[in-house]
Amino acid sequence: MTESDAPLLLAEGLTKYYGRQLGCRDVSFALYEGEVLAVVGESGSGKTTLLQLLSTQLTPSAGHVRYRLRDGVTRDLAELSEAERRFLFRTDWGYVHQDAALGLRMNVSAGANVGERLMAVGWRHYGRIRGAAATWLDRVEIEADRIDDPPLTYSGGMRQRLQIARNLVTQPRLVFMDEPTGGLDVSVQARLLDLLRGLVTELGLAAVIVTHDLAVARLLSHRIMVMKGGEVIEEGLTDQVLDDPREPYTQLLVSSILPA
Amino acid sequence: MNAPAYNFAYLDEQTKRMIRRAILKAIAIPGYQVPFASREMPMPYGWGTGGVQVTASILGPDDVLKVIDQGSDDTTNAVSIRKFFAKTAGVQTTTRTAEATIIQTRHRIPETPLTEDQVLVFQVPIPEPLRFLEPRETETRRMHALADYGLMHVKLYEDIARHGHIATTYAYPVKVDGRYVMDPSPTPKFDNPKMDDCAALQLFGAGREKRIYAIPPHTRVVSLDFEDHPFERGRTPKTCELCGANDTYLDEVVTDDMGGRLFVCSDSDYCEKRRGAEQAK
Repeated sequence: MTESDAPLLLAEGLTKYYGRQLGCRDVSFALYEGEVLAVVGESGSGKTTLLQLLSTQLTPSAGHVRYRLRDGVTRDLAELSEAERRFLFRTDWGYVHQDAALGLRMNVSAGANVGERLMAVGWRHYGRIRGAAATWLDRVEIEADRIDDPPLTYSGGMRQRLQIARNLVTQPRLVFMDEPTGGLDVSVQARLLDLLRGLVTELGLAAVIVTHDLAVARLLSHRIMVMKGGEVIEEGLTDQVLDDPREPYTQLLVSSILPA
Repeated sequence: MNAPAYNFAYLDEQTKRMIRRAILKAIAIPGYQVPFASREMPMPYGWGTGGVQVTASILGPDDVLKVIDQGSDDTTNAVSIRKFFAKTAGVQTTTRTAEATIIQTRHRIPETPLTEDQVLVFQVPIPEPLRFLEPRETETRRMHALADYGLMHVKLYEDIARHGHIATTYAYPVKVDGRYVMDPSPTPKFDNPKMDDCAALQLFGAGREKRIYAIPPHTRVVSLDFEDHPFERGRTPKTCELCGANDTYLDEVVTDDMGGRLFVCSDSDYCEKRRGAEQAK
């Protein structure tokens, strides 16, 4: 097995209890480079808990998350120092929040929002930082003359696209997305999904997308995991699971989509 | 009742010990903000309670004290603090930079180069350079611990994006000894280069925010910048109309309501010294 055949992200028996309350139980999977995994389920099914465990924002009660770093070494994320974890977070990873206000600096210009990661990893040339920011704003279809406006003045869809640009500027290999289309109207959702699908394919990103929207899962993901009550009840190829659901709960979920 | 109502230099000895410990720690870790149990002083916060506590803790009976406020020895803040220590410690005070052993300053660094025998004490309103970008204290402390300073350049980036150049003219962030990013208190950035490799010990006290930090003598202090927008000292391109100096930091004094302006040295002692030398000729 060559190096790049090894999984990028490996979850082993991830369990999280909030006191006596179960967050999620015994979740295991492997994510490979360029692969998009959707985690679906209703509110309270443990999707967001799982995402936060994977991205080391929460410490698991049991289990491990392993990640293959850029140097090819797979390491247990719990063993990384905080400095290493932060570095990982702003170089090799992205995290797209449902609420763009959490992922952006709302009072700072769009250019600086995109450039922040570059400055954090040592870029010290204003012209080049601005150039990179302009390129990325263009890629997420934000007009060039909005580069000096703060996201406070942006619409919801633009904020979400700006958040994506901010995350992708360091060319991460793995992006976590928490309901990236939540709270957007249908036409804006469609445009965002189209953009995301293009970028994921073009950059060969691996992604874990948490969503309750099966249409998002169908459009973006290769594989799907269905969660209920903190546990994974079904997983497989996206079209397989959505077209031929095995579990009664998944059948219910699939059949509850309103016909287009 | 002949016994004085307060201790030498106002603070009690235990408090001074506590503050001296904080100062020693600050000197040991250049640029690091050391928390300390700031006391109530007989003046409002924002008038230099931090600087006064630092001065009170390092002051000895043989010290000669100079206090400046924006470079000047004769403005309210400088006069009242000088009188405060003349009364509570009975120390000798001066307005001459070269004669002072301790100089408490609200922002300016004297034009006369400082020596190894002097200590410069700054009054600091907001010690945290990252504060306006990151309001959480827990987070800024973590950022300092991890030397996670990308955010500081975001501020400078914003300046250039808005104004075409780095428009921060005071409280200009510096990196001390290659490690901690520090707010040099609201000193004009003109004085930033004087902090680098300065022979005198520089102490910073923030009373309301309860922090003390320091730059030991001969420490490297670098002003942050971009490669294509390097740090500029920034000075009004005029000469002092009293002493004719063209290399000092100038105050702009409005003289009438017809647009009259007078530019004079902000460092009043330096200006007087130059004028005195001129007359002697």
